[in-house]
Amino acid sequence: MPLPAPEAAASPDYWPLLYVLVLATFIGLGVVRRVSRLLHTPLMSLTNAISAIAVVGSIVVTGAEYPRGIRLLGAVALFASMTNIVSGFLITDRMLKLFKRQ
Amino acid sequence: MRDAGQLAYLVATALFILSLHWMNDPKTARRAVFAGLAAMSLAVLATWFQPGIVHHLWIIAAIGLGFVVGVPLSRVPLTAVPQRTALSHAFGGLAAGLVGVAKYFLWLGEGAAQLTPFRTGAIVAEVLLGFLTLTGSLMAAGKLQEVRWIPQRPVTYPGQNFINVGLLTTAVGLGVLLVARPAEPWSPIVFGAVVGMALLFGVLLIIPIGGADMPTVISILNSYAGLSAVAMGFVLDNKLLVTAGALDGSSGLILSIIMCRAMNRSFTNVLFGAFGSVQPARASAEQGSYKQETPEGAAQLLEQARLVVVVPGYGMAVAQAQHKVRELYDALTRRGVTVKFAIHPVAGRMPGHMNVLLAEADIPYTALVEMDEINSEMPQCDVALVIGANDVVNPAARNDPSAPIYGMPIIDADRAHLTLAIKRGRSPGFAGIDNQLYFQDNTFMLFGDAKTVVGDLVRQLAGGDGGH
Repeated sequence: MPLPAPEAAASPDYWPLLYVLVLATFIGLGVVRRVSRLLHTPLMSLTNAISAIAVVGSIVVTGAEYPRGIRLLGAVALFASMTNIVSGFLITDRMLKLFKRQ
Repeated sequence: MRDAGQLAYLVATALFILSLHWMNDPKTARRAVFAGLAAMSLAVLATWFQPGIVHHLWIIAAIGLGFVVGVPLSRVPLTAVPQRTALSHAFGGLAAGLVGVAKYFLWLGEGAAQLTPFRTGAIVAEVLLGFLTLTGSLMAAGKLQEVRWIPQRPVTYPGQNFINVGLLTTAVGLGVLLVARPAEPWSPIVFGAVVGMALLFGVLLIIPIGGADMPTVISILNSYAGLSAVAMGFVLDNKLLVTAGALDGSSGLILSIIMCRAMNRSFTNVLFGAFGSVQPARASAEQGSYKQETPEGAAQLLEQARLVVVVPGYGMAVAQAQHKVRELYDALTRRGVTVKFAIHPVAGRMPGHMNVLLAEADIPYTALVEMDEINSEMPQCDVALVIGANDVVNPAARNDPSAPIYGMPIIDADRAHLTLAIKRGRSPGFAGIDNQLYFQDNTFMLFGDAKTVVGDLVRQLAGGDGGH
């Protein structure tokens, strides 16, 4: 690229990302602090499923026109994330049903 | 199309936050799952249908396989939830680590200009966190599942902390080198070394940790898994990933803090303290004598009580005794006895473990009382019934400054008028510490498997029903 600083050309503007990280962390701390202690086990399986949002990155690496070896790594990552999504949401719901019943 | 995708991500972000918000009350909690699931589906579809995604068969195959493994993993018995959770932290770490590796070699292949310091730094953080979470969580899952070739007791050796810290420092140092020189001919080798060291560090980090510390360790690993997703968000320039990862990371952080406080220990002490490894040597020295009680006698004591406080622990989970405990709860409440359950934050092997097991047995969650609340009632408690709990009721935490658990908040079972303790064997608990409670004048032991003993108590109480 004909730009003076190649780093600036290829790199994302990372300041917005850092802002998002700081704000999301404070929101997370505020929201999670209020979670009922009864539900700490389902909370962990729920946040586990939520952080499997890594699935988004895995889909791109698996599905784009990349070399086969790279896509293979992506496919394994996609499998791992999908396992977490499926088992995470299902088991969270299974546990929460136990508390709802009363 | 790009805007539609971004909008989907934005909605997903909001739904994830709402999802966690609804967890604040058991009444709204199931909504949390639907919100989370909706957000996830939205994000997956928005990503899948963007231009440039062409290998659909690969995606379908990987997703299909995820279902094949994920569905059975969601049906494990609730006593196995801690190891399932650890396993899913491992999967999260694996996904982050692999995407990091893929991106590094992808950008390396596209030319050195792609590997900017920021990107390379983010990739290094991603693979370090991802791979140490992978092996650390696998070790934790193995310990929880009691896999034969993974030692249950903490394993320590001289210079352990020196080696661990040294390894981590070296890995971070190599990462910094990589940021400075990402595309030299030798750079991929350095990258491989960073990956290898992260994998090794995860194993070494968990080896010295004992079962009683698992609730804290699982929470810390939860946090790491979230942070590795954040790092992936930086690598891929994706704000949804950063948000969701930060939510997971902060949740793990809060749980770790709660767990550490409940044990009166610091993070560093849990990770580098090797709890319980020095204890067995002095365990037998001051042993007093146990007073045993028969199931008949114990049932009578329970029957005559006004307030019974049950203190469940890991032993209840191991014996799968929760359903028998429910029968005992029914038998006693039918006789007009008030029964409450005292839940210590670190009882069991993960945060909230006891609550889930008791809820599974249909015990109303209004009967589950937190440690701080129940302790003010303990002097009025007629019988404290300890079921497979040990360290969380050990008065040494209050009055023996030489005890390793000194300072840890406990449930004051020793302040009840009388204590009945169900215990599998006569050996000290997981932490290897003798429990003074068992040798008190007003404590009576019931030795045996928790399920069998509670079953005996229920049968005794049922036998007495004829008189009514």
